[in-house]
Amino acid sequence: MSEPSKEIDGKGYWREVVRLTLVLLVIWFAVSYGAGILFRDWLDNVSIGGAPLGFWFAQNGSIYVFVGLIFYYCRAMNRLEKKYGVEA
Amino acid sequence: MGQDFWTYFWVVGTFGTYIAIALWARASSTDDFYVAGHDVHPMVNGMATAADWMSAASFLSMAGLIAFLGYGGSVYLMGWTGGYVLLALLLAPFLREFGKFTVPDFVGDRYYSTAARLIAVVCALFVSFTYIAGQMKGVGVAFSGFLGVEFNTGIIVGMGIVFVYAVLGGMKGITYTQVAQYCVLIFAYTVPAIFISLIITGNPIPQLGFISNVKGEDISMLEKLNTVVSDLGFLEYTKTDKTMLDVFAITGALMFGTAGLPHVIIRFFTVSSAGAARVSAGWALVFIALLYTTAPAVASFARLNFIDTVNESTYIADDADYDTEAAAIMAAGGKPTPKWFKDWEKTGLLGVEDKNGDGVIQYRAGAENEVTKLDRDIFVMANPSIAKLPAWVIGLVVAGGLAAALSTAAGLLMVISSSISHDLCRRTFFKDMSDKDELRVARASAAGAVILAGIMGMNTAKLGFVAQVVAFAFGLAAASLFPVIVLGIFWKRMNREGAIASMLTGLVSTFSYIYYFKFVDTDPANWWFGVSPEGIGFLFMFLSLAVGVIVALVTAPPPQDVQDLVEDIRVPGTRTSHGIADEGMAPMPAE
Repeated sequence: MSEPSKEIDGKGYWREVVRLTLVLLVIWFAVSYGAGILFRDWLDNVSIGGAPLGFWFAQNGSIYVFVGLIFYYCRAMNRLEKKYGVEA
Repeated sequence: MGQDFWTYFWVVGTFGTYIAIALWARASSTDDFYVAGHDVHPMVNGMATAADWMSAASFLSMAGLIAFLGYGGSVYLMGWTGGYVLLALLLAPFLREFGKFTVPDFVGDRYYSTAARLIAVVCALFVSFTYIAGQMKGVGVAFSGFLGVEFNTGIIVGMGIVFVYAVLGGMKGITYTQVAQYCVLIFAYTVPAIFISLIITGNPIPQLGFISNVKGEDISMLEKLNTVVSDLGFLEYTKTDKTMLDVFAITGALMFGTAGLPHVIIRFFTVSSAGAARVSAGWALVFIALLYTTAPAVASFARLNFIDTVNESTYIADDADYDTEAAAIMAAGGKPTPKWFKDWEKTGLLGVEDKNGDGVIQYRAGAENEVTKLDRDIFVMANPSIAKLPAWVIGLVVAGGLAAALSTAAGLLMVISSSISHDLCRRTFFKDMSDKDELRVARASAAGAVILAGIMGMNTAKLGFVAQVVAFAFGLAAASLFPVIVLGIFWKRMNREGAIASMLTGLVSTFSYIYYFKFVDTDPANWWFGVSPEGIGFLFMFLSLAVGVIVALVTAPPPQDVQDLVEDIRVPGTRTSHGIADEGMAPMPAE
C-alpha cells in the first residue's frame, strides 16, 4: 500500500468514466432493443444482403456491435487511465 | 471405421485430455482453488469464460430452438451476448479491483452485513443448483443417446470426470480444462455449419450464407424460407407471435441475468487487474460470438433443409433395404426419405405417422402434420449427417456437446463450493479458520456438490422440469443480484438496509411469479401485462432497484469506511484496506 507519488484526481476520472459508460450503454440499447425490437418493423423495409435489416440486427448485427463496444471501452479506458495517471 | 468407434475415440480422447490437464494444474492454496492464483491471462480467461458460459443448451438446443421460433429466437441471441457488455462496463473491472473471492464476498463487505452476505449466498446457491441439474441431464442424454449407455450411468461417468478436475484443481484446473473444452466445442460446432452453408448457399462462411441467396436460385435464403414455411401453414420465419413487450422483457431478463450470474462473475476474479478484467470480458464475447452468430445461420439452413428433404418424401419402411428402395423411388421420379432421417427415427427424437395412408410424409402446421415427433436438439446433432460429413465429425459433435455440458457444470460447482467453504464457513461461522482448513472444506463441498448435482440430474430427467427452472436462474440473478452489485459500485449512498430490501424484493417477487405461472396457473392469458415468466425478472429488477433506492434514502447512510471503499474500487490501483468493510480479510492486491 505505497502512497501514490502524486495526488490522483479520482473524482474527475470517475466523471469521465461514467460519461463514457453512459454513451456506450446508449449504443448498446440502440442496436439491440432499438434496432432488433422496437424499430425492427421499420428497419425491415431495408435489406442487408438478403436479410431484413431489423431481423438481421436481432440475430447477428447486435452481437457484432457488442464485441466492438467492449474493445472500444478497453481502449478508451486505457486512454483515461493514462490521462489521470491511474495504474490499472 | 464405424460410427461407434469414432464417437468413443473422441469422447475417451477428450476426457483423457481434461484429466491430464487437471493433474498438471493442481491447486495448492485457496488462491489457486478459488481464483486460479489471480494470474490467468485475459485471453485465456476469456476462452475459459466462453466455455463456462456456453452450456449444453447453447450447444445442442439453441439452434434448434431458433429454427422453430424464427425471429422469436432472437431473445436468446441478444440476451445471452448483450449481458457481456453490462459485465464489462458495469461489473467485472470493479469487482476485480474490489479483490475478493466470491459474489457474496462483495455483497457482505460492501454492505457491512452478515445478513446481506447470507441472502447473497442463498441466491448464488439457488441459481447454481438449478443450472447444474440441467447440465448433468445433458451429460446423461448425450451418453445414452450416442453410446448406448444407460442414462444414469452416463451421469455417473460425467460426475466422475468433473469430480477429478474440480476437486483436485479447483478454479485453476477448471480454467485450463475449459480452454481445451472450448476448442473442442467450437470446432465441433463450426465444421458442420460450414458444410451445410456450402450446400444451401454456396458460401462457406455461415454468417454470410445467412444473408445470401439460395445456391443457384435468384431468391434470398431467408425469403425462400419465409415462403416455404408460410405455404405449409407455419408463421413466417422472420415474424413472431410474442408481443413486443414480451420479447423486450425476455431479452432484458436474459441480459441482466447473464450479468448477474455468479459463475460468470467469478471468472473475472481470476485475472490480475481491473484492466485485464475488461479485456477479458471482450475476449469472452468474441469466443461466444463465434458460436452465437453461427447459430442463427445453422437454424435457418436446418429448417429449410428439413422441409426440402423430408416434406413430400416417400417413406421407406424399417425392414426394407434402404439403398435399393431409395434407388427405386428416385427412378420413379419420387423423393426418398433421407437416410439420416431413418437413423434418427431409431433414437426416438423423430417420429412419423402416415395419417392419410399415402406413403408420403407431409410436414404441415396443424392436424395433418405427419411428423409427430421432432426434437429440437436434432438439428445440431443431425447436421453432420445431413451435410454428408464423415463419421469422425459426428463423433466430434458428441464430444463437443459433452464438453459444453461439463465445462459449465464445473464452473457452477466452483460457485457452490466457494459459497459454502468461503462465505458460510470462513466469513460467517468460523472466522479463525486457517487457509489449509478452508481449502479442505472447499474440496469437500465441491465433492458433495458433484454428488448432489448428479442426483438432481437423474431426477430432473424423470420430472422433465429443467426448462421451467432455467427461467428461475436468469430471472433471480437479474432481479436479486444485479441491482445490489451495480448500486454498490455506482451509488455511494446505497446502504445495508437498501441492499437487503432490494435483494429480498427481487427474490420473493420473481420466485412467486414464476412459481405461480409455471406450476399453479399455467394459462398465458393471465400473465401480467402479457409478460411471460421467462421475462418477468426484467420488470421485477426495476422494482427491486426502486425499493432498494427508496429504503436507502430513508435510512442512515453507510459508514465512512464503506464510502471510501467505493471510491477506491472506482479508481484502479487505489484499493486499500478499510476497517469495517474489510473486517477479517484484507483484499488481494492487483498484479
